[in-house]
Amino acid sequence: MDRVPILKLGDILIVSIQIDLQDMSVLALQEDLSEKVVETGARGVIIDISAVEIVDSFIGRMLATIAGISRMLDAETIVVGMRPAVAITLVELGLSLGGVRTALNLEKGVALLNQIEDAQRGKASR
Amino acid sequence: MGVALSVHADAGRRRIEELFQEHEARVFKRWLEIARSPVGDQVESGRLADQLRELSEALRQSFGDSSDLSDLRGLLSELSRNRARQGFTPTETATLVFGLKEALYEVVEEDGSPEAIRGFIWFSRVIDELGLFTMESYAAAREKIIIDQAEQLLELSTPVVKLWEGIVAVPLVGTLDSARTQVVMEKLLQTLVDTGSEHAVIDITGVPAVDTEVAQHLLKTVVAARLMGAECVISGIRPQIAHTIVTLGIEFGDIVTKATLADALAHTLRASGVKFVKGGESRIAVRTVEG
Repeated sequence: MDRVPILKLGDILIVSIQIDLQDMSVLALQEDLSEKVVETGARGVIIDISAVEIVDSFIGRMLATIAGISRMLDAETIVVGMRPAVAITLVELGLSLGGVRTALNLEKGVALLNQIEDAQRGKASR
Repeated sequence: MGVALSVHADAGRRRIEELFQEHEARVFKRWLEIARSPVGDQVESGRLADQLRELSEALRQSFGDSSDLSDLRGLLSELSRNRARQGFTPTETATLVFGLKEALYEVVEEDGSPEAIRGFIWFSRVIDELGLFTMESYAAAREKIIIDQAEQLLELSTPVVKLWEGIVAVPLVGTLDSARTQVVMEKLLQTLVDTGSEHAVIDITGVPAVDTEVAQHLLKTVVAARLMGAECVISGIRPQIAHTIVTLGIEFGDIVTKATLADALAHTLRASGVKFVKGGESRIAVRTVEG
C-alpha cells in the first residue's frame, strides 16, 4: 500500500496526492494527518489534488472528512489545484464539498490561509 | 434490388433497353427539358446537361445482363449532395430523376407493343427506387449540413474574456441547453486554471429565457468553479427573468447576482481588493491594495 507523504512547511502541512488513491491509503492518510496535526500544532492543511484525474464519491467524502478532522484540531483545510474535469464530476455527483475551502493553486492556498489567520487575529484583538 | 422477372417481363425489359438505346438522343433531349424547367439559369442548365449525360451513360451501361446500378447510384448521391448544398428544393431534386420516366414514356407510347408496356413497368420501378435513393442522399446531405452548423455555432458562442487581472467573464448569447452549458462550463473552468483567475462573471444578458434546467446548469457551473477555488457572479438578469426565477422557486442561495455587467465588475474588483479613488477631476484612479 502506498502512503501519501505529509510535508511540513512552517506551521502548514502540505499533502500532495500524486497516486491513484485506494481506499486503504485514504484511511491511512486520514490517520497520519490527524496525528501530524496534533504533533506539529499546525494551523493549516493544504491538500493538493492537481495530479488527481479521477474522483469518485469516496474521495469526495474523504476530503470533507479530512476537513472535519482538521477543524476539530483547530487547523483550516484548503483543497487546491482541482482540475476542471474533476470539479464537473463532483458537481454531477452532487458533492459540493460544503465546509471545505478551495483555491486555484498552492500559492493562492497559502495566501488564503494567511488571510484567514489575519481575520481571526483581528477578531480576537477586537 | 428485389425485382423478380418472369420470362415475359424479361422480354419487356429487353424491349425497353432497345427502345432506350435507339432513341437515346430524343429521350435525353426531352429529359433535359423536363429537368431544366425549374432551373432557368443558363449556366446552371449547361451543367445540368453534363450531369444528365453522365447519368444517361451510366444507365445505359447498367442495361444488359449485369443490371449493376452502383455507378448510377454513385453519380446520383454526388448530385443530390451538391444540390442540397446549393439550396435546391427536394422537389427540384426528385423531378430530375423522375423526369426520365416521362421522357421515356413518350417513346413507349409510340411503340405501343405489349412488351414495351410491360417493360415500362419494370423501368418505372427502377426509376422509383433511384428516386428514393436520391431523396435519401439529399436528406443525409442536409442533415450533415445542419450538424456541421450546430457544431460551428457551439464553437462561436462561447468566448471567455478577461476583464481585469484575475477576473474573467463569459457573455452568454442565445438559448442554453445541456450541450452548450457543458462546453461553457469546461471552457470557463479551464480558463480559470490557465489564467489563475479567482473571479468569474457569467453574463446572461443575451439569454432569452431562463427555466429550471438553465438555472440548474448555471448553478452547477458556479459550484464547480467554487470547488476549484474561484468565485462566480451571475450578471445581466433582466427584470422579466428575475420574475421567472422567483416564480419557478429557484434558489440561487449565496451566489451573488447582479443586474448589469458593470455592477458585477465593480463587485468582483472590490472583492479582489481593488479600491476606486475619485481624483480631483472626473478621472478615476485605481489602486490595488496588496495582500
